[in-house]
Amino acid sequence: MAGLATTFGSGAMTNSISDIVDARCILAIGTNTTEAHPIIGMNVRRAVRRGAKLIVANPLEIGLVHDATIWLRHRSGTDVVLLMGMMKVIVLEGLMDISFIDKRCENYDALKESLLDYPLNLVEEITGVPAETVAAAARIYAENSPASILYTMGITQHTHGTDNVMAVANLAMITGNIGKPGSGVNPLRGQNNVQGACDVGALPNVYPGYQSVSDEKAQQKFEAAWGTKLDPKPGMTLSDIIPAAHDGGIKAIYLVGENPSLSDPDGKHVREALRRLDFFAVQDIFLSETALLADVVLPACSFAEKDGTFTNTERRVQRVRQAIEPVGDSKPDWWIICQVAQRMGAKGFDFDSAESIMEEIARLTPSYGGINYKRLESGSLQWPCPTEEHPGTAILHTEIFSRGKGRFVPLTYKPPVEMPDDEYPLVLTTHRSLFQYHTGTMTRKVRGLNIFRKEELVAIHPADAKSLDISDGEMVRVISRRGDVKAKALVTDSSPEGTIAMTFHFAESPTNELTNPAYDPVAKTPELKVSAVRVEKIRQAAASPA
Amino acid sequence: MTTTDTAVAGEKTLKTITLSINGVKIEVPEGTTVLEAARRADIYIPTLCYYPDLEPYGGCRLCVVEIEKMRGLPTACTTPATEGMVVTTESAAINEVRRSSLELILSTHPCECLVCHRRERCGPNDICLRQVNVTDRCVTCPSNQNCELQEVVDYLGVHELSIPRDTKPRDIDTSNPFFDLDRNRCILCSRCVRACQEITGVGAIDMANRGYDVKVATFGDKSLMDSICRSCGECMVRCPVGAMKPKEITRPDKEVKTVCAYCGVGCSMYLGVKDNKITGVRGDPEGPANQGRLCVKGRFGIAEFVNHKDRLTTPLIRKNGILVEASWEEALSLVAEKLGKYHGDEAAMITSARATNEDNYVMQKFARAVLGTNNVDHCARL
Repeated sequence: MAGLATTFGSGAMTNSISDIVDARCILAIGTNTTEAHPIIGMNVRRAVRRGAKLIVANPLEIGLVHDATIWLRHRSGTDVVLLMGMMKVIVLEGLMDISFIDKRCENYDALKESLLDYPLNLVEEITGVPAETVAAAARIYAENSPASILYTMGITQHTHGTDNVMAVANLAMITGNIGKPGSGVNPLRGQNNVQGACDVGALPNVYPGYQSVSDEKAQQKFEAAWGTKLDPKPGMTLSDIIPAAHDGGIKAIYLVGENPSLSDPDGKHVREALRRLDFFAVQDIFLSETALLADVVLPACSFAEKDGTFTNTERRVQRVRQAIEPVGDSKPDWWIICQVAQRMGAKGFDFDSAESIMEEIARLTPSYGGINYKRLESGSLQWPCPTEEHPGTAILHTEIFSRGKGRFVPLTYKPPVEMPDDEYPLVLTTHRSLFQYHTGTMTRKVRGLNIFRKEELVAIHPADAKSLDISDGEMVRVISRRGDVKAKALVTDSSPEGTIAMTFHFAESPTNELTNPAYDPVAKTPELKVSAVRVEKIRQAAASPA
Repeated sequence: MTTTDTAVAGEKTLKTITLSINGVKIEVPEGTTVLEAARRADIYIPTLCYYPDLEPYGGCRLCVVEIEKMRGLPTACTTPATEGMVVTTESAAINEVRRSSLELILSTHPCECLVCHRRERCGPNDICLRQVNVTDRCVTCPSNQNCELQEVVDYLGVHELSIPRDTKPRDIDTSNPFFDLDRNRCILCSRCVRACQEITGVGAIDMANRGYDVKVATFGDKSLMDSICRSCGECMVRCPVGAMKPKEITRPDKEVKTVCAYCGVGCSMYLGVKDNKITGVRGDPEGPANQGRLCVKGRFGIAEFVNHKDRLTTPLIRKNGILVEASWEEALSLVAEKLGKYHGDEAAMITSARATNEDNYVMQKFARAVLGTNNVDHCARL
């Protein structure tokens, strides 16, 4: 999100899900859309049926590869080079949108100059994609307007994730693919309300509506609204909180509805950190692997048992409605927090309904200013929606960028922190299965979904499997500098040679024991897409006598 | 008021045309079919292969109508309405063609339930007076009383068949854990096949073979489980009869509109509810992000986790190393007391991308205003 905030001034999907079908070209980079966002995957395929060109950039042979006009199978972690290479071709062949660049953007000359560092033979050498294929993709993207870029964690989960995002933004701006239907830069958010959690200030550096905690005016506004003194110093991200807990700097954590034992990199270190806490409270709907470590566990309602709103990946605020009575003695999350706050003597936590909380959000969050439950009863609203008369915003940056002019950012290639070597010769990249979800706390409870996918599979190329004497379906051990995990091998050329792919849905094979917590210096997103590992055959214990 | 209304900027406004159906003047945008025009005017034309979000197909031949200056009986679903068109939807000739088409469909369908005069009085456990095969009985069909074929049979008043029935047993595919494909009940309308191609773009199923052997099949006639099917169930929701049905069906007492709890697409959906349990999920056709569509997790992966026996139902407090059940008062007081001991940045709040905006707002307010720290984050980066 930081990357888009730098270039556009607003870190969110610029366009809407429904207008993807109007694109004449779709570049899907670092997203396995049909697995992770199935309905958007359907839209991509619908656009292709209508004649849109599809460019897939992914080291793994994902489902959409079969629908693609062109597949760029670049090496994990070389996205910046690939995208700068495409921009180089666009500039060389005069395919850029000069009037858009002149009118709407700044710093173009610096970008143009930085493209000198990307001769196509170097691009080919680093990415592994033939130069002519990069050029063909560049032409398809530039010549088929409107063109939409979709991306997810394949772009962000790198130590240079912010650079990747800015490269994507550069490409869209250079071709004028911003601010109109079927175009845009569209980060697809992974979880139902990750967009909303960010919007309402569940981030260490901003209050609701991305108002900076270090901005004096914002501080005063929230101090007045909440009737208390506030700290202008930005807090720690999750990626810093865990190490701080490990070192003793953080002594107490109150954690709601997350499972970092399985979802965060270097799982062993995470669990050690949580065990060292003086006090650890967990609020969840199930006794997750993380809740097992808690001093107090508070039972929360599921989404089916409470009222509220979720904000989806296209900034759309929609009503969540209570369908059944709370299971057992569980309570809505907001109610529990309010009860704790009141017992700590705090004022301003006497909400009597989710609706009354939304009234306070709307009062303090300019982009949510016009959103209330009455309006949401007759439909959804996409932010920015500043007033009650405002219809909401389907497409961002139509006239000007949120920051005024769109800023081109020259970029240099930074390889992943942990590259394969003799001891750990393979790259591990994480991905997802359609039939499971995140750490499986919900989907592992659904029998049918576990018939489709019941265990971790190590997707490994036949050549790598052969050299390691591993056959399909055999249990193997995957080892990194941080841990080792046993799982079943899936011999498939959907993984390129030298790369293995694993999900992190299964507690029995906790893939994040292996992954690297090294993170992007700006966004603090860990490099889950590239870790160096080796794969070993598990020797049969009782071999027959020679 | 919704933003989707403004999202169609650039779509050119279509010309309006006027036609007459059964003497009623109707105004529709250019490109509307005769069938859609009739539906807008609440004029019933029977259909089986038509589905609003699928391309017109013209397969079942039930929607035939008479149109002045056109030869024969064109199908209303495939004929675009034109200016000044004069349409008649009921006549002896039309009914004859519709009834013949329907009889052909019924000749390969277990149809005792459809033509039996006792149908309305027949309870779920009654013995069938007609002594037909068990598989032919109305009460064994999951779509009984919720079946488009029944509606059409009632409308056209077909009570017996003038042609011999083909009762050859056909394959049933029960391999999918969530829904079955019973080809004995299939009427070959191809709505499932077209949904899999047009809606999902997967194309796991197609119409295989020719003539009497036509059937819905996967590539190589493998089971659905061994095919490329992604189990979204878009085929199943479009089945007009009982050929594709969920394995477990509980009719809900009410439906509540909400948003899916899985990925960030934000599919609008209806949760079916009976006896304080989720019975099933239905995609909301008005849903701006999904337009009625759902994936395997949204459609089949919700009821079971919400109703699961492992749900946390009471607060737990660690005593002597073990988590033991506690009252809310005890648990809340303990959390308040413990958290009260730490100063500012010694504490952190990790919120949830799965919880609502309201939940997250209260959590970050709690961290900042009560704990006195900006150490608040969630798993946005994972």
